[in-house]
Formats: sequence, C-alpha cells, structure tokens
Amino acid sequence: MSLLRRREAGIALALLVVIGVTTIVQPGFLLSPGGWRDLLLTPAILVVLAVGQAVVVITRNVDLSVGSVLGLTAYLTGRLFIDAPDLPIVVVALVAIAAGTVLGLVNGSIVAFARVPALVITLGTLYVYRGVTLTWAGSDRIDAGDMPRAFLALGTRQVLSVPVLTIVAAIVLVAVGYYMYTARGGRQLYAIGSDPDAAALQGLPVRRRLLWAFALNGALAGLAGVMFAARYGTVSSGAGLGIELQVVGAVVVGGVAIFGGSGTVAGAALGAMLLLTINRALPVVGIPDFWQRAVVGALIIGAIALDRVLANRRSRRLAAARDADPPGPRSPGGAPPGAAPPGAAQPGAAQPGDGPQSDGTNREEATA
Amino acid sequence: MPNAAPTLRLDGVAKSFGPVAALRSGTLTVHPGSIHALVGENGAGKSTLVKIVGGVHRRDAGVVELDGEPVDFTGPAEAKAAGVAVIHQEPASFPDLTVAENIYLGREPLGRFRRIDRRAMREGVRDLFRDLGVDLDPDRPAEGLSIADQQIVEIAKAISLDARLLVMDEPTAALSAVEVRRLFAVARGLRDAGRAVVFISHRLDEVADLCDTVTVMRDGEHVSTDAVADVTPDELVRRMVGRAVADLYPKVPSTPGEVVLQVEGLESTGTFHDVSFEVRAGEIVGLAGLVGAGRSEIARAVFGVDQYAAGRVVVGGKDLRPGDPAAAIAAGLALVPEDRRLQGLVTESSVARNVSAVARRRLARLGILLPDAEARLARDWSGRLEVKAGALDATATTMSGGNQQKVVLAKWLATGPKVLIVDEPTRGIDVGTKAEVHRLLSTLAAEGLAVLMISSELPEVLGMADRVLVVREGRIVAELSRAQATPERVMRAATPGASETTAETEGAA
Repeated sequence: MSLLRRREAGIALALLVVIGVTTIVQPGFLLSPGGWRDLLLTPAILVVLAVGQAVVVITRNVDLSVGSVLGLTAYLTGRLFIDAPDLPIVVVALVAIAAGTVLGLVNGSIVAFARVPALVITLGTLYVYRGVTLTWAGSDRIDAGDMPRAFLALGTRQVLSVPVLTIVAAIVLVAVGYYMYTARGGRQLYAIGSDPDAAALQGLPVRRRLLWAFALNGALAGLAGVMFAARYGTVSSGAGLGIELQVVGAVVVGGVAIFGGSGTVAGAALGAMLLLTINRALPVVGIPDFWQRAVVGALIIGAIALDRVLANRRSRRLAAARDADPPGPRSPGGAPPGAAPPGAAQPGAAQPGDGPQSDGTNREEATA
Repeated sequence: MPNAAPTLRLDGVAKSFGPVAALRSGTLTVHPGSIHALVGENGAGKSTLVKIVGGVHRRDAGVVELDGEPVDFTGPAEAKAAGVAVIHQEPASFPDLTVAENIYLGREPLGRFRRIDRRAMREGVRDLFRDLGVDLDPDRPAEGLSIADQQIVEIAKAISLDARLLVMDEPTAALSAVEVRRLFAVARGLRDAGRAVVFISHRLDEVADLCDTVTVMRDGEHVSTDAVADVTPDELVRRMVGRAVADLYPKVPSTPGEVVLQVEGLESTGTFHDVSFEVRAGEIVGLAGLVGAGRSEIARAVFGVDQYAAGRVVVGGKDLRPGDPAAAIAAGLALVPEDRRLQGLVTESSVARNVSAVARRRLARLGILLPDAEARLARDWSGRLEVKAGALDATATTMSGGNQQKVVLAKWLATGPKVLIVDEPTRGIDVGTKAEVHRLLSTLAAEGLAVLMISSELPEVLGMADRVLVVREGRIVAELSRAQATPERVMRAATPGASETTAETEGAA
C-alpha cells in the first residue's frame, strides 16, 4: 500500500508508541474491555470531522464552522426525536446529514463565488450557525430520556467488540479515502489546492469542486452531530463548542499541508486518533495538566514547522540540481552538444519516484 | 494545402485590459499540416493571442474560426474539448500530483466503477515519453522537476490531447538542444499527420529550422505573413522592431560623473551568472533583454531583496551588505519594482502615506511621525511629479496606473537616492503619462542621479538610455553605447539563435 507508506506510517507508529508506553505504565489502558472500547470509541467523532476537514484543507481552504454545524445538527437530531417520535432513526440521521450538507453548501458557495478567503467566511458562519442553535435551543437541553433507546444504544453498542460509532467512522474514512485517491474528482481537489491558478488555466471545474468539498464536509459534520447525540445522550446549545480547533489540529498533525495539495484523509484520521489518545494517555502516565496541553500544542507547531523545513529543503535541492544540470546555457545554436537531457540527470539529484510526502522518515522522528 | 479550410483563422481579434490594448488586431491563418511560427517583441501581443485561442481570455472584437466554424470559448475546458491544445509560456503543473496525474488530469483513463486506471495511465505516459525520447518516472511528483522537465510534462500533456491544433508558446525556452530536437521531431510528426501547429519562439534559427510559415506581430497588430523560405532572419528582426521612435523619449543630454554603483561578478545559482557593470552619476543605463532573461532578478539582488552566491555590490565606494535592503536604502539605492500594485504601493493607503513610506524615519521626532512634515513632503514630490490625485488623502486604488507609478517614484525620490533602479517603469501606462515618466527620469539623470532602467520595451531603452546592457539567459552579453544601440543590434544580442557573431563583436566593442 503506497498510500500508507509515507507520513501516515510515521503517525501510526507514533500512535502505537503512545499506546504501548501507556499500557506498560497502566495495563488497563489497552488490556481491559473498557480500555479497548475507549481507545476506539473516543476518536470516532473527531475522525469523521477530520476526514471532512482534510478534504477542504486539501483544496487550500479551511472550514472553521464544523463545531457549530455539529452543534446545530446534534440539537436537530434530538429535537426530531421529541417532535416527530414516529420517524425512524435512519430518517432522522439522514435529515441531520442533509442539514449539515446545506450548511456546508452555504460556506462553499460564498467561498467559490464571492472569492473571499474561507478562513474569514467560515469564522463568520461559525458564529452565525452557533447563534441559530442558541436562539432555537435557548437554555433547553435534550436528555437521554428524550431519545429512543435504540438510538442511544448505537452510541455504546459494539459489534465483535468494535463500537458501532467506530465502524461508522471507519466506513466514512474508507469511502472518502477511496474517492480522494481513485476518482477524477478527488484528484482534481488535490490539483486545485496545489495551484489554484493553474487549475483555472487547465479548465478544471474549480467552483463545482469547491462546492462539493464544502458540502461533503458539512454532511460529515452533520453525521458527527448525530453521532454526538447518540454517544453523549445529552445535547445543549453548546454541543461541539471549540471542536473546530481540535479538528484543524488533527488534520495538520496528520500531515495534510495547510497550504493545500497534499496529505491524505487517512493521515488526518490518524492525526485525530493520535491527538485524542495522547490526551487520554498523558494523565495516565502522570503528566501534569499544563504539560498535557503543551504537548498537543508542540505537536501541531512541530508538524507545521516540519512542513516548512521540508519544503525549503526541497526547493534548495531543486536550485542546486538545476545548476548541476543547467537547462542549456545556450551558446550559438542551442545547448552545448552532448549536454545530457535534464531528465537523465534528475533522479539522482531529486527524489526518485517518491512524493512530497517522501520524507516520511523525518516525520516519524518528529511525531514519535 | 490550398483547398482545405484553415484549422485556425483569426481576423481582427482585439483584447484590452483596462486602458491597455494588449492585442489590437490579431490576424492569423493556420492550415492543417503546417507549422506556423509567430514572432514578435515582448509585448507584441503573442501570448494574449494564444490565451484567446486557448480560451483563457475572451476577445473584445474580431473573428476566431476553427475549421471554418466560428467559436467563442468561455473557458480553457471548452477550447480543450474543441481540440485546441495550448502549452502556455509558464508551465502550469501541479507540484503535489505525480507526473502521470499531471498529464492526464481531468481525463484519466477509467476502469470499473469509474475508478482511475493507474496502470493504463502509467502506460500511456510511458508511450508519450518514448515518443518524446525522455526518461522521466511517471510516478514521481511534479514537484522538484526542473523547468525543462516541467516543460516536457506540458508538452506531453498537450500531445496526449490528440488535438487538431497545438499551440506552443515558447516551449523551447528552457530545453536543452537534445530535447529541442526531439520536440521538433514530434511537431513534424503531428504536421505530417495533418494537424496544425503554432510555434512561438524568440529563437529565429528554430523558426527557420522547423516552421513553414511565419507571421510577425508588433504592437498587438499583424505585420506580415510569409513562407519561411522567403524571408531572412534579419528581415524578420527588422519587421519585429521597425517602428517610429517618436518624441516619446525626451532625452536630456548629460555628462556622466563618477561611478556610483558598481557591481562585480554577481552570481546566483540557476538565475544569473558573472554579472558585472557600473552606473555613473547622471547616466541612464538600460538593461535590455527578453522576459525571463534574469534582469529583474539582478536588480533585486543588487538592492538586497534576494541573496546572491558570489560577487559584490559597491555604492559610492562602499561595499553593500548582501541581502539587506535597509542598508541599500541607507547607502542611497532606490528600487521601483516591476509590479507596482503588488510590490510598490499600499493601495489602500493615502497618497501622502505612500509617498512618505520609506522616508518616514526622517520625518519623525523621538519616533513619532509628524503629520505636517509628512504632508509637506508628499505635497512637494506630488507637485513635482504632477501626480493627478483629487487630494493627498485619496487612496492609491482610485488612481490610474500612470499616477500610481508616479506615487511609487515619488516615494523613492523622497529618500534622496543616489542610484534609482526602475523595473519596467511604464508598463501598463498610457502613452501620455509614459512621456511624463520619461521626461522625469531624464531630468533626474541630468541633475546627477544614476539611473538603472530595466525595460522590455525596446524603444524605451533605446530612447532613454545612455548605455545599453543586454542580458541573455542570466548573462550580460553585450554593452552598447547610445550611438551603437540600434533595435536590430539589441534584439540580435538578446535573442538566442539570431546572428550571434555580430552580437559578440559588438559586445567586445
């Protein structure tokens, strides 16, 4: 699997190290039924959000409103159970996902048509969407008693000792990952994030793709809202408050470049798992509260700094390679005869057959 | 092929960007089975014409026909679908995608369930590369490719479209001789298969070698179309530059004083090599050359914006610290950059703020900016340069390009520089203001300022400069006095593949 050979391997390794060390200190972290369940269940919601966010970030955008979308759709889910008790659970979930899609489309249309930076737009809709939830819910809270037992069971039930929500997250990850890797549309999202001007020059349907990326992210935030309601059983107007920062952090730690164009949804999912697992592991190994947050912060800064360092090193290497192999200081009538075609000299100087993610080893050191 | 309808016919195509007419009357007829050269100076409108054919720009007027059918593309995708493949001047590859993905983007071969068939894609790329005779791994990312290899990827992309019309805008600029030969073989193959090819190049030897017909453009207009065999390269050069140099260039004679700026052996990896020259007080030195020859890069390095690997810059007898624009300003250098909106102006700020931006430290007492002093300075310089702004607190966005340029000039002149470097001082400015900017530069030089002027407009260089340095591919290849500098000589020195020997002897003269 070349897909997992790169950064993702480093993050997975870091995750295994964290789990391993913590389990040695406190065997119950992994080896008790509860520990195993928590390990898989805790990141499920963040994984779904991170997968959606990764798609948006790959297009050189960002969606900060996902926390508010999650809050709104979680409340909508609870409200539907109260106001329309006859609706099947599946329909309720689909309505919430559709609502998330609409909210995502609002973000996407403003970004794609008004050409305002997504950071600003989604910061605005973050407050707008939250405001809608606040107005609608007021101080009202939806409790476990308001929701059907079968629905709440989804939040805790396990199939073959794997929590249902984790299975949902895994399905989302595989489906979106498959699309991004192997569909024309997915590759075009990478192209748009890699160089928006070139994408327009190539005649790619940039607007449609952006709309679609934001809609997908909204839909996944809607799904996360449903999962939130099922998992916690209580929904107030503050559901998902501030989670957008965790999501962006997970995406960045997962190796999705904040400048777009590279990274994978699998990496983002692993980043989400790493962040939340570290959050739970640090108290277990006895690290004080302040340092717990500092570690997460250091991870995020380290991931971005590493991206910069690697990019700079690549461009320096490129300049050096150009000089060692000039494209032809053309004295009369073209290049000096017998000059090697640059293609032939290239693989030695640059990276043979590997990607922007090719510096997987460095990332391993940084995240481990 | 006299009977067949031309693959591409343009007649009287015009395109303006704001007040600037990039293309006045583009006329071009390309027949199937023909390789048609399009030549002209920088700014002659070739690239604009290409972008209209490729659907990037929409024309303002005129006729475009493909195989006799009128077309009006609203985007590059439409042009592509109609069978027009364009290799633009700047390679537009996606660094994060692999070479194969770059080539097939949006047209990937699909297998079952509409999933991308990577194996078919890879094999298609291998075939393309075999035809082109290049050895590139289809699976490596485009990032880190040399410019030449990026160009190869663009060429492969265009060829794989299997288009009826292939337009190449200076495809050989970055290629080695071997690759150029292979590209020509491919182009001839397409021609023999009945496709039409438009080939833009500054290298007239290539035109003679590859093309059968040549169209010359100048100032956005069609000049001539001939069979390549019927015209000599020298005749082509004359047509490319031949125009009246009116009194757009009010040059005031001045006697050069002592050397103010001295540049020795400046070297920057992959950009320019062994650049040495000097500029004297009261002298305007023109830096001529084709776009991409490295002129702006040299200016940026001299000013300290960019680092350089070797060499030194001496201003007024003292060495300048490399990579330190603040030191350069303190030593008396001023740089009016190429793109004034991007690099020269705070467009949302007032004229007064802009004018005083660099000289500000001198206007302050104890670190506090004195508004009166700022206004006085701005009024002073704006008056001298005849900036037409409603008021000094008008924002720079509301002004015309010419007036913006004057504000940028005022800003730098307010610092009292000894050496003024101007990069494309009149790009995108209407003719009237152009003359004003020229008069100003000329007057300043007469007052003892040393001016280094970069310009892609040949008449401007010839009309304004006391001395012309010609840059070709990062090297200064000729130095011509005002009397020696004719359009033909400068173009020949600047153009790779024109009669080189004359250029070299002139350089030695």
